[in-house]
Amino acid sequence: MDLILIQTLNAVQYGLLLFLVASGLTLIFGVMGVINLAHGSFYMMGAYLAFTLTSMTGNLLVTIVLGTLLSALLGAVLEWALFSHLYQRNHLQQVLLTYGLILIFEELRSLLVGDEVYSVKVPSWLDFSVPLGSVMTYPAYRLFMSGICLAVAVGLYFLIQRTVIGARIRAGASNRAMVQILGINIDWLFRLVFSLGVALAAFAGMINAPSATVSPGMGTQVLIVSFVVVIVGGIGSVWGALLASLLVAFADTFGKVFLPDYAGIAIYVVMAAILLWRPEGLFKS
Amino acid sequence: MNTNLLMQTVDLCRTFGGLAANDRVNISLRRGEVHALLGPNGAGKSTLINLLSGDIRATSGQVIYRGDDITSLSPHERSLIGIGRSYQKTNIFPGFTVTENCRLAAQSREPRSGHIFSDAAAWSLYREAVDDALTHVGLADVADRRAGELSHGQQRQLELAIVLATRPDVLLLDEPLAGMGHEESLRMIELLRGLVASHAILLVEHDMDAVFSIANMLTVMVNGRVLMTGTPEQVRASQEVQEAYLGSEETHHG
Amino acid sequence: MSTLITSPSRAVIIAVFFVLLAGFPQLNQDFYTELVTRVMIMSIFAISLDLLLGYTGLISFGHAGWFGMGAYVFALLGTKYQLTSNLWLTLPAAMLVTAFFSFLVGLFVLRTRGMFFIMVTLAFAQIFYFLFHDVKALGGSSDGMNLRGKPTTAIGNWVPFELTDTNTLYYFVMVLMAALLLFMALLLRSPFGRALQGIRENEHRMEAIGFPVFRYKLAAFTISGAFAGLAGYLFAILNSSVNPEMLSWHQSADGLLMLILGGMGQLWGGVIGAFTFMLLQEVLSTFTKQWHLWLGIAIVLIVLFLPGGMISIFERIKGIWKRRFA
Repeated sequence: MDLILIQTLNAVQYGLLLFLVASGLTLIFGVMGVINLAHGSFYMMGAYLAFTLTSMTGNLLVTIVLGTLLSALLGAVLEWALFSHLYQRNHLQQVLLTYGLILIFEELRSLLVGDEVYSVKVPSWLDFSVPLGSVMTYPAYRLFMSGICLAVAVGLYFLIQRTVIGARIRAGASNRAMVQILGINIDWLFRLVFSLGVALAAFAGMINAPSATVSPGMGTQVLIVSFVVVIVGGIGSVWGALLASLLVAFADTFGKVFLPDYAGIAIYVVMAAILLWRPEGLFKS
Repeated sequence: MNTNLLMQTVDLCRTFGGLAANDRVNISLRRGEVHALLGPNGAGKSTLINLLSGDIRATSGQVIYRGDDITSLSPHERSLIGIGRSYQKTNIFPGFTVTENCRLAAQSREPRSGHIFSDAAAWSLYREAVDDALTHVGLADVADRRAGELSHGQQRQLELAIVLATRPDVLLLDEPLAGMGHEESLRMIELLRGLVASHAILLVEHDMDAVFSIANMLTVMVNGRVLMTGTPEQVRASQEVQEAYLGSEETHHG
Repeated sequence: MSTLITSPSRAVIIAVFFVLLAGFPQLNQDFYTELVTRVMIMSIFAISLDLLLGYTGLISFGHAGWFGMGAYVFALLGTKYQLTSNLWLTLPAAMLVTAFFSFLVGLFVLRTRGMFFIMVTLAFAQIFYFLFHDVKALGGSSDGMNLRGKPTTAIGNWVPFELTDTNTLYYFVMVLMAALLLFMALLLRSPFGRALQGIRENEHRMEAIGFPVFRYKLAAFTISGAFAGLAGYLFAILNSSVNPEMLSWHQSADGLLMLILGGMGQLWGGVIGAFTFMLLQEVLSTFTKQWHLWLGIAIVLIVLFLPGGMISIFERIKGIWKRRFA
């Protein structure tokens, strides 16, 4: 029973983390119509930023704030320099160009920080375990992480659904030309959405760094799982991304527990099942 | 049963969210008739033509073709039984030649997909259908040009040639004269006149002169509903129609 | 358009290409002969993808799934379960198995389009990747498997040729590549091939004029999967090993890159692309350890400035030539 509880907590934590990454991906898909394979690289970048910045500042919170801002800035620059040219291009070109970016990012990381596996220390004030029931305990940092991710998710919901900017984002997704006629600067809107997506992914990487390891393959791993989340949730649907993230996280976590030999395909089985029922994902945008 | 009655709808409905784009529409298409669909923008004409061609699914009601319920048939199935549709926004194969555009349409009747080693362009079967269609619409002299390089009027002609090459019995024509000049429009109307005897034609068109010169049956739609169906004289004389539509949407030539 | 060879100059170029290709192994540089064999196998892979991408307009990001599957069929038949190593049994088996599974997956994925299709094809290839990576019965190991040897070509007592000889394998692959090119050329001018191109050009209208588009896509998906399986099978033979990485999305991306380099929907694009890509990789990796970086930059630049691939350069040169000397 305690095992189930622990795994449930793990699944929720993983799900919320995935949501942060996947929501950026699905927003960029839905609003700008761009498929961005390099999205996983932003997650990896966040993790490596966490490593380098905590080495410099020694403070995780400062790192996260600074890192997120830097990532958002990088996102804006990337959008201006590269991605804005992709909106008119066909899907294949988007796929290949962003794939090329993955190669570039991976090598840059290799050159700048090396290929080793690093770890980031959990801040001392969170470095304890919370008792669960009589025997088991659970790392406080993970609970903290889940809480923060949940808060960010709620914040994202409010941004998209309840603010003027969110309305413009949603409008831009459905009718670009109309939004321009209304005098809204679509270029800056897209830049904002892109930066937001990058920042979310990087933030996820940063906040998860103390809990997992910082390793070279992490970008690719999270990218493909994010794709599965977007497939299951539906393109452009943030709500779908949330549900799908939790679904995928539970499938993955409990898949590893009950069927360790087939753990890798658990999420794809879920995906295939959902596609049978809803060929375009849970929520078609 | 009237053997000229090829296609009809029974209380056909289509809603989008809360909006009834088509509300219990009843319409009949007969061979030898040009049945024009009139109505202001938003009346539901596009929706109806999409429901007839199968591009949109009906929410309720039926589409009957030669006595059979075809409501659940997909666009390609409808094309194969003899329902042809042309599009308002030119929907051709711009990268292919005019000939290839029509040849593909003709191929749909005799797909021969198993013949993977023979040259599709060499078949006389297709060649004849192509020649027929191109001569009919008057594009024979540009047969070898890339469709994307044709003038707008020629592309509208090709739009029709593609449909004709599929040898349909019912023609659903969505603004065939769209963007055409006066001369071209007259030629197109003559062309359509020649098709009337052998086809049942549904015509959506904003050019009132064209409509009244060729249509022998009119259905006026407003807000998704059929306001009235009748001959041009009956429609012209109707007070309701006068109020609802005519006088504000007319376009005149010359 | 009704002949296979579109112009005499084309015929000459093709003939010269094959003469050079056929003469190459006679130089007896085993290392380079193997390299060119590898490139020809990748050409087969690229051509199979082109049927889907360049001709039907379907961007599959999971094509490596079939490539790896073809390889693993040989590995399982010949090494793991030692049922047979006979070429005449294992090669068709590889193609039939990949055809079967691409048909099944096609039933799922071809109901989607655009970005969704790209992602879903990737995801399904991942399923097979994990199956071959994790499941012991399927050779599951992250290191892959070493194979017991090349397939035998024995029919009863007669052994027509030995694939253990580098040059023989080279010629075998060359003949297969040429046969595939011929098959593709014929297919593309056939009614079926024309319909595929029509679907690429305007899928909606094809549906409207009476083509059951889904069925055509499914057929293309299946056929291209089978030929990718053939390429994978040959690759396994060449390397005498298989590896789950053959099914990785990097392999799928390589296929797409070859086509954008060589030019899509142009019969020879796969061949040109495979040769160019391998050349690019070889050149870059001899100059620098961080060749991935330069490859990435090259990809970005090509997509931004030369999306039509190498063939578009030829076209441009041809255009300039015509204007100068016409």
